[in-house]
Amino acid sequence: MLEPKEADDHKEIIPIKINDQNITVPVGITILEAAHQIGIRIPTLCHLDLHDIKMVNKTSSCRVCMVELSKGNNRNDLVPACVTPVTRDMEIRTDTLRAIRARRMAVELLLSNHPNECFTCPKNLECELQALAAELGVRQIRWEGERMDYPKDVSSDAIVKDANKCIYCRRCETMCNEVQTCGILSGIGRGFDSFVGPAFNIPMAESSCTYCGQCVQVCPTAALTEVNHTDKVWEALNDPDKHVVVQTAPAIRAALGELFNMEAGTLVTGKMVTALKRMDFDAVFDTNFGADITVMEEATELIYRMNNEKRLPMLTSCCPAWVKFIEHQFPELLDVPSTCKSPHIMFGTIAKTYYAEKNEIDPDNIVVVSVMPCIAKKAEAKRPELTKDEHNNVDIVITTRELGAMIKEAGIEFAELPESDFDSPMGMASGAAAIFGNTGGVIEAVIRTACEWITGDPLDNVEFDQLRGANGLRKAAIKVGNKELRIGIASGLGNARQLLEQIRDGKEDYDAIEIMACPGGCVAGGGQPYHHGNYEIVRKRQEAIYQEDKNKQLRKAHENIEVLKLYKEYLGEPYGEFAQDLLHTHFEERERI
Amino acid sequence: MTKPQAIKAAEDRDQPLPEEYFDELEKFIIDMGDTQGALIEILHKAQCIFGYLPRDVQLFIARKLGIPAAEVFGVVSFYSYFTTEPRGRHTISVCMGTACFVRGSDQIIERFKEKLNIESNQITEDGNFTLKDVRCIGACGLSPIVMVDNKVYPRVEEENLDNIIKTYSSEGL
Repeated sequence: MLEPKEADDHKEIIPIKINDQNITVPVGITILEAAHQIGIRIPTLCHLDLHDIKMVNKTSSCRVCMVELSKGNNRNDLVPACVTPVTRDMEIRTDTLRAIRARRMAVELLLSNHPNECFTCPKNLECELQALAAELGVRQIRWEGERMDYPKDVSSDAIVKDANKCIYCRRCETMCNEVQTCGILSGIGRGFDSFVGPAFNIPMAESSCTYCGQCVQVCPTAALTEVNHTDKVWEALNDPDKHVVVQTAPAIRAALGELFNMEAGTLVTGKMVTALKRMDFDAVFDTNFGADITVMEEATELIYRMNNEKRLPMLTSCCPAWVKFIEHQFPELLDVPSTCKSPHIMFGTIAKTYYAEKNEIDPDNIVVVSVMPCIAKKAEAKRPELTKDEHNNVDIVITTRELGAMIKEAGIEFAELPESDFDSPMGMASGAAAIFGNTGGVIEAVIRTACEWITGDPLDNVEFDQLRGANGLRKAAIKVGNKELRIGIASGLGNARQLLEQIRDGKEDYDAIEIMACPGGCVAGGGQPYHHGNYEIVRKRQEAIYQEDKNKQLRKAHENIEVLKLYKEYLGEPYGEFAQDLLHTHFEERERI
Repeated sequence: MTKPQAIKAAEDRDQPLPEEYFDELEKFIIDMGDTQGALIEILHKAQCIFGYLPRDVQLFIARKLGIPAAEVFGVVSFYSYFTTEPRGRHTISVCMGTACFVRGSDQIIERFKEKLNIESNQITEDGNFTLKDVRCIGACGLSPIVMVDNKVYPRVEEENLDNIIKTYSSEGL
């Protein structure tokens, strides 16, 4: 189902007619594409074309895009517009009674086997099926029949799978198999008894799912959603004995505004901080502070590994989905990731040690809440090695979407809020930390610091354009003194697989690698506001992230005075014994299933 | 109501699956050379060797072919030919299609259940028989029909059943 479009330049141009409009289009495009060119909307449901990440779901299973071909073509057929190519002199009508009825009936049939629980559904008002029912004027469900009755899979800490809400569009399968190459989800069984699930119908938690959440991002209904943790946050906030600390990941500020009808790519850092303060968090901090610590650790580790002929390349380890991917899929490469904990986990550790001591708060009473663009972070925060010491962990992870919902629940008019600054000290962060949200950003941040440390000279230009770009798999060489650092960058796990295969098979030599599981980076994370198939939104978020970096005076992690103070007062040397004890972790081989 | 629980690969039994079966399957896969599009053929072979397709066999095939286990399971669960439960040495299929049914196949299958002491889709304690109810097998003129493995028994009456069972219990091995 992965069909990258070919360039249309050299294609034959043919005349067709849609709803009495004569147009010319390149041969081979679909009726759907032709109609869009002249502003005729044909509803779709299963169809999803994410050209930017080379994902096209063309299962034509929902039949919501039926149009009528008129008799002139020796046919008088209803055909699905999303997969039917135009032919010379084709006459298409999208507005006949027959076509309208066929489309409506397709939705009615889906609804006849869909739970009537929109009120309490986690996708209420975000559901594409619900929106279609409204758009196509469905006012009653004419058929009552047998309905699916599957148990909800709540086995994992990250993703809920509710097969009763599945409409069998197969978008998740295409994403999981073709784009992310994880191969967790497949159509199981046949006929009415079929459903989408992992091998052997095992619970999600027993599968090799990385919890990247890209399936959640493309699911049109609530068949795949994140585990909701907002109630836990409200409970903590309402417990007078708890000191509740919140941290927000770099990608949140570039997307949160979308949930309040603000233009995609609007930076809402200041409003977000104000909202969190009004929600009564005891301290509003920035995961970017944790990201700056991560840069200190990773840059030191990289230089150490280069100077001591240790295993290279070093792979950045911020992304928990890719960590799980390598554990399941490439256990032979477990010595390549940096041992660094991810920024929000580092932050949690520092909050419950350094911050607790400094402010004389019992770490038992500190609740660390992470707001993440990511679903995998929910599962990461529950990993045994990261929770064995409760004075050392993150307690609750919520997504950008969940934070948006909480702000609404609190009755805060987000768009009207004044701006305010993060609290001190763990709110100070560099621009290098801000770009952690984009593909290429983590490695750029590490290179900014490693460069200066290796050469001893300040950088003329902190922006490394050669590390940026839209391509999911990129290669760059960075001159550092008399050395050349060979960098590899992948976003999307399918691209990560290619990169890891190059390394495993010795086909490419790299010094440092960055992998982000979500195509485009954390800005396109599984926990971000739904893009509903519009990847332009993701591009605007990426621009906003680079803007956040530009807005900062402080562009390099190792110049963050609060971070330097933390090392001086508490941690000692970066990558030193105490820092390793607190800020580093380990990975383990897991079964591939 | 749909019961997804019914769709699952059997857990392996007490004794591990024979190593030589895996060797035979592996050789078959290697001898194929190009395995592109060969999954169904390989599953057929595997079911011939093992008698059924337990989870470990499906995982083995997935890893040999470098494809997701979910894809293998998707195919296995789609085709009714494939079974994830062990089968008896012989499969007794009683046709429950319309023609056979009106001529008493419901009684035939009930007698089989009593005599073999199992329900439909179960295996006898000695592992000799699996009993299955099947839909029309396309020989309505001979109804009611019982098939044992590939042999058709036409116009079966209740008093024939002991004989059929005996044939496959003693010399039929």
